[in-house]
Amino acid sequence: MQRLLKSPHVTGWLLASPVALVLAVFLILPIVMIAVISFWTATEFAIVPAFSFENYQFLFGSSVTYRVFLNTFRYAAITWAITLALGFTIAYFLAFHVRSQTWQMVLFLLCTIPFLTSNIIRMISWIPFLGRNGIANSALMSWGLIDAPLEWLLFSDFAVILAFVHLYTLFMVVPIFNTMMRIDRSLLEAASDAGASGFQTLVNVIIPLTKPGIMIGTIFVVTLVMGDFITVRFMSGSQSANVGRLISNDIALLQYPSAAATAMVLLVTVLIVIGALLRLVDIRKEL
Amino acid sequence: MDRRPRSFYVLATLFGLFLVFLYGPTLTIGILSFQGPGGGLTFPMRGASLHWFRQLFEQQQVGDIWGSFRRSLVLGLMVMVTTLVVSVMGGLAFRKRFRGSGLLFQLVIASLVIPSILISLGVGLMFSQAGLPVHWAGSGFGAQLTWTLPFGLLIMFAVFNRFNGAYEEAARDQGATPWQTLRHVVLPIIAPSLIGVGLFGFTLSYDEFARTLLTAGSYNTLPLEIFGMTTNVTTPVIFALGTLTTLFSLVVIGLFLVTAAVMNRRRARRASDAGRAV
Repeated sequence: MQRLLKSPHVTGWLLASPVALVLAVFLILPIVMIAVISFWTATEFAIVPAFSFENYQFLFGSSVTYRVFLNTFRYAAITWAITLALGFTIAYFLAFHVRSQTWQMVLFLLCTIPFLTSNIIRMISWIPFLGRNGIANSALMSWGLIDAPLEWLLFSDFAVILAFVHLYTLFMVVPIFNTMMRIDRSLLEAASDAGASGFQTLVNVIIPLTKPGIMIGTIFVVTLVMGDFITVRFMSGSQSANVGRLISNDIALLQYPSAAATAMVLLVTVLIVIGALLRLVDIRKEL
Repeated sequence: MDRRPRSFYVLATLFGLFLVFLYGPTLTIGILSFQGPGGGLTFPMRGASLHWFRQLFEQQQVGDIWGSFRRSLVLGLMVMVTTLVVSVMGGLAFRKRFRGSGLLFQLVIASLVIPSILISLGVGLMFSQAGLPVHWAGSGFGAQLTWTLPFGLLIMFAVFNRFNGAYEEAARDQGATPWQTLRHVVLPIIAPSLIGVGLFGFTLSYDEFARTLLTAGSYNTLPLEIFGMTTNVTTPVIFALGTLTTLFSLVVIGLFLVTAAVMNRRRARRASDAGRAV
């Protein structure tokens, strides 16, 4: 017994067993459950065990599916591009331009705090800004830039992307800032001694060394946007659709097998995207 | 100190605008929640009053807000404690390679990137098919852990990657048992990071929506209650609620930060060298 407890494998598993247990019960089992139910059929009142490809046939046979998946990718791509540009700039400012450590800490915290407050409230808080009689429209009208209120500010794709950027830029800032802080400052000095301009240092030294952080941020933003169902529903006023909404609509109609099939396709899509991204970065090394 | 380049001022302005973008909307609903009784969801303010806050306390008007707040609070504390204990154990486990540790690590990452709606749907279906009650403190609790544990573990991995093992060796050399080493050496050194893990555990649970949607059962948590309100409440009462719950979050964050600061200061005053390892 004593010897058994000394084995690193045994103590490792003993310590890791709670997390393994939680993930087995609340991550693996539910996904197995979804996989199984995606082959079931549904009546109006109940779901019936079966082994039928009906749900998948319907899913892949409908042009709506392709449109919605395409739209989901479009949201992910646009949000990714904006959050990357914005997040990189913010992290760059914090890491290389703020000189006192205390200020760095304070400004970094200011960026992170909204992440710890409610996403739904943060979405709701755009209403007074973007509404027909909102702040944006009144300001633009009083400056004489427009004559009539813009209708596309709230409940539109614009609003959806705005909310995504608002909610998720932080997921870019934190990992990029983290990798930037580990860049050896003497490399920057070496670059400038060798006659590189600030811009050349940025492109040839900082950006390549920040790539792992960019990758981790990308994984976060892409998966959050692809799996979202609530931001799109709320900010588009139910006028746009993404895969998450397809699933939640089926759930609302109690069509669980159909929802499960769509969820499986979404899962596979996300895993393929992540798999591709993970080939470019070793997360464990970056912590 | 040399002069700042012009790029500094450009970037500083951009950073300022980013902060306005982050906080502006929240501040706006903070102001608008003081609308007069006749006011609407946007400016202009029609007088100023506490009317909408008062409505929140007249329960029947807007649903079971206080009940859902209580549930969110209890659930947040449950998730916080569990996340803390499980993450620290997991962090300790991952300091050494063990058979299957790579696979378990990938599972942790998977838990972070798998869309929340799958967890919500899967856990909900699993409980209902197994005939178990779908309840926020059971299925909801477990579903939330799949989101908070990866964050807790990632923080712990980062902490232990920077941990100086010499302190443990010193303790062992002086005859400390593994438990004594953990209790009197390792835990005190990592304590400030534990506050971070606790903060994440609580706030992520308190605000979680997607993973609780199909797993909370018949009693709503606060985010679910608020979301329900967005579909049928068109008065500033929703802003008042948003302001209050955001303030609550800020107070909680402040408490955690103050605790961490006090801890650091106490440590510095005692002039112990323990803190320098972190």
